[in-house]
Amino acid sequence: MATTTVQTGTERVNYLNVRTTVASWLLTLDHKRIGILYLLGISFFFVLGGIAASLIRMELATPKGDLLSSDTYNKMFTLHGVIMIFLFLIPSIPASFGNFVLPMMIGARDVAFPRLNLLSWYFFMVGGLLAIIATVKGGIDTGWTFYTPYSSAFAKGEVSLAIVGVFLVGFSSIFTGINFLVTIHKMRAPGMTWFRLPLFVWAMYATSLIQVLGTPVVAITLLLVAVERSFGIGIFDPNRGGDPILFQHLFWFYSHPAVYIMILPAMGVISEVIATFSRRRVFGYHFVAFSSLAIAIIGFLVWGHHMFSTGQSIYAGVVFSFLTFLVAIPSAIKTFNWMATIWKGRVHWEAPMVYALGFLGLFVIGGLTGLHLASLATNVHLTDTYFVVAHFHYVMVGGAIMGYLAALHYWWPKMTGKMYPQSWAKLSALLVFVGFNLTFFPQFILGYMGMPRRYHSYPEEWWALNLLSSAGSSILAVGYLLPAIYLLWSLKYGRIAEKNPWGARGLEWEVVDTLPHPHNFERVPIVTRPAYDYDHPEEPTAIFPTPRPAYVGGGKDG
Amino acid sequence: MSVREVELHLAEHRREVPHLGEQYETIEQQNDAYTIGMWAFIVQEVLFFGGLFAGYAVYRFKYLYEFVAAHHTLSVVFGTLNTFVLLVSSYTMARAVRAAMQQKHHKQLKYLLWTIFFASIFMVNKYFEYSAKYHHNLIPNQSYSAEEIIHHNHLKVENGMVDLGARKVTLEEFTGRTKLFFSFYFIMTGLHGLHVLVGIIILAILAVRAGMDWVRKVPHADYMPVEMVGLYWHFVDIVWIFLFPLLYLMGGQ
Amino acid sequence: MATPHEEHTHAQRVSFYAKTLWVLMALLVVTVLAGFQKMPDWLGIAVALTIAVTKATIVIMNFMHVKFSSKLAWLFAGAGFFWLIIMFAFAFADYASRHWQPEQGW
Repeated sequence: MATTTVQTGTERVNYLNVRTTVASWLLTLDHKRIGILYLLGISFFFVLGGIAASLIRMELATPKGDLLSSDTYNKMFTLHGVIMIFLFLIPSIPASFGNFVLPMMIGARDVAFPRLNLLSWYFFMVGGLLAIIATVKGGIDTGWTFYTPYSSAFAKGEVSLAIVGVFLVGFSSIFTGINFLVTIHKMRAPGMTWFRLPLFVWAMYATSLIQVLGTPVVAITLLLVAVERSFGIGIFDPNRGGDPILFQHLFWFYSHPAVYIMILPAMGVISEVIATFSRRRVFGYHFVAFSSLAIAIIGFLVWGHHMFSTGQSIYAGVVFSFLTFLVAIPSAIKTFNWMATIWKGRVHWEAPMVYALGFLGLFVIGGLTGLHLASLATNVHLTDTYFVVAHFHYVMVGGAIMGYLAALHYWWPKMTGKMYPQSWAKLSALLVFVGFNLTFFPQFILGYMGMPRRYHSYPEEWWALNLLSSAGSSILAVGYLLPAIYLLWSLKYGRIAEKNPWGARGLEWEVVDTLPHPHNFERVPIVTRPAYDYDHPEEPTAIFPTPRPAYVGGGKDG
Repeated sequence: MSVREVELHLAEHRREVPHLGEQYETIEQQNDAYTIGMWAFIVQEVLFFGGLFAGYAVYRFKYLYEFVAAHHTLSVVFGTLNTFVLLVSSYTMARAVRAAMQQKHHKQLKYLLWTIFFASIFMVNKYFEYSAKYHHNLIPNQSYSAEEIIHHNHLKVENGMVDLGARKVTLEEFTGRTKLFFSFYFIMTGLHGLHVLVGIIILAILAVRAGMDWVRKVPHADYMPVEMVGLYWHFVDIVWIFLFPLLYLMGGQ
Repeated sequence: MATPHEEHTHAQRVSFYAKTLWVLMALLVVTVLAGFQKMPDWLGIAVALTIAVTKATIVIMNFMHVKFSSKLAWLFAGAGFFWLIIMFAFAFADYASRHWQPEQGW
């Protein structure tokens, strides 16, 4: 399918050239443009979060706390956490690629609520802006976890302003979740039954469930912290009758499922990429689909594993520990199914697939080390050490960000109509993989040896590993910088991409033009084949109208 | 039917129903989407308030006697009256939705105005309640004092210890814990009141539109906005249905 | 295709809504009366919550038309309250079990 058709985007109307004023972008209702707007926003915040990370690693390159004062260091890791989690990872894949590709994947012209979609972007940008302002005005040093009573009673700085920012970003997330849930239920094209959906859609559905059910709880919790700061109430302050553990319960009720908001979309991307580049239907499609739901649901039942050593009852700890082991199972199921897909596939290693492979290795390590932390006994030793830091970076960066980069490289031609140079892309993937491991693997060892997290200085005996970690981070930084360069380069000088450069199955590749028409499809397609139907390459996944194009999901159920 | 005929049918449908969004094929699809979208929003509101209920439950469990003593200063009369008023407002809202569905815009306007009326009574009652608390220094800010609670419950205070029957606590503890009750009281009823206020504003907008639909004799106005706001309004009522007994009535003996 | 499009709505007879209001009023009276009965605290809470859940269910079914809505609407409506229960149950389990003493030999 990699025929080179000369296609100059300016000849045909597409979502980019249909109107080009600034207003047409800032007031757009097109899900594709909103996806691009989000992409720009999160990239900006990623750079800021990366700068904070660089300062942290520069400080930790030597044992003495000589680059930053301890207060400033605290502000740096807080900034890094708040930006990377709330302003980058949570929206990343859902709001950018989800927005762009989801309606196309299900055969819809747009999402269910385009105006809500635009509103959610504005909430995101305003919330992010408030967080930046809070930083510029002096910042916060509470950690992204805002633990009380420090955040509610003692911290100086712009805590309340930062909380308002996070609150707004939270609602952005909720709106996106509502939009996707309704879109997936009600806007599937005729013939697009639940089990013909691409697995990315299942992943987005599960993610949206979490966004809607979990985010409001952290919203009200942070609001209470702001209220406590303003009115001197002792909701979370033990000196005034409050219970700091209550804060932790309410905070982690969202913040644990939040990590599944970050990883599920990446897993969805990996399913797509592995299927395409192995030229095979994902092995165990139903298992992978249901495991997304299982992760979302069980993920709500494990939050106490962040509180094993903070004062929670030991019996609650036992229950949470057991459930945490349970939640690892669906992730393992996915991993085995992906590997089985690749095993007998006709694999070709283009850039997105290289990132996907990186995901597999790094996610497995991250996931397995989660079990060390899930076990009560080992948790006591490892909690609040660099082991935890390494674990979550393996899953969030090695997992979620690799998935994000895979998505970027996979759907780039569809979004921009241009192709980037493959060799540079594969080199970057390799640099990210190597740099990442050099940065974070030593941290497992450091944590095991007892190095605490959130300290700007450490004993001399840990210098070598920390230096290695910091050196690795510079390689990682190059790995991230390169895509920024060659992708932007490709916008102007890149080869013009064909409609389906990867030879993939799926509506966004088979039916939607490169560049997509403003309404994706001139007429609603009828889906006739299941997803990933590589065994029947002669049959298209969808065809255009035959009698009675009603919509699926229009009856009482759906 | 041929493809062409079906497409003509859908195009005609779109002309008949001008409020059909471009992303939808039929009005049923759009209405279904709006309904479950609104329910998804209500679900997240349930979790939003739920966090407060959870916090209240935990502290009531820990400080039962202090919370009971504090809650005795709430006016059951006002609380009951407010519950009554909100239930009636839910009825008038349901009538407004019904009228909108039947395209009876004058009735729709009438019932929307009644709903606003009852909602406003609720807010006025709130004002009286809050003022009373303010006068008794029960607002949980720097000038909070537990004196009114002690006085209202006829509690004995000796040597800085408050006698709660089952146990004694220091005056400082008593003050702090009852202040916690009032923090939850004001945050929960305040947040709820904010939702009522926003509701009133939105209802006013709907009333204006109903009036315009009536004057212009619009035959097929979109009733979904009214129905969706109705869902929101009933949810606000339901929150109060839970708040009232848990804050005002739970006495414990 | 000249006839205007007919929409099926959930509008019920007025008596349906009026009867619903009466039932809710009656339950309000029960709520207040129950609030003044002497009973152990845990029972008082159970009674209050049961009545409140009953009232809420009636509002959801009748005023919010869930009785006539798709199964999907039922699912969404139920999910929110179910999720709330999860949060309560687990958080409370912690507080309730904080002071349990471990069994000898376990």
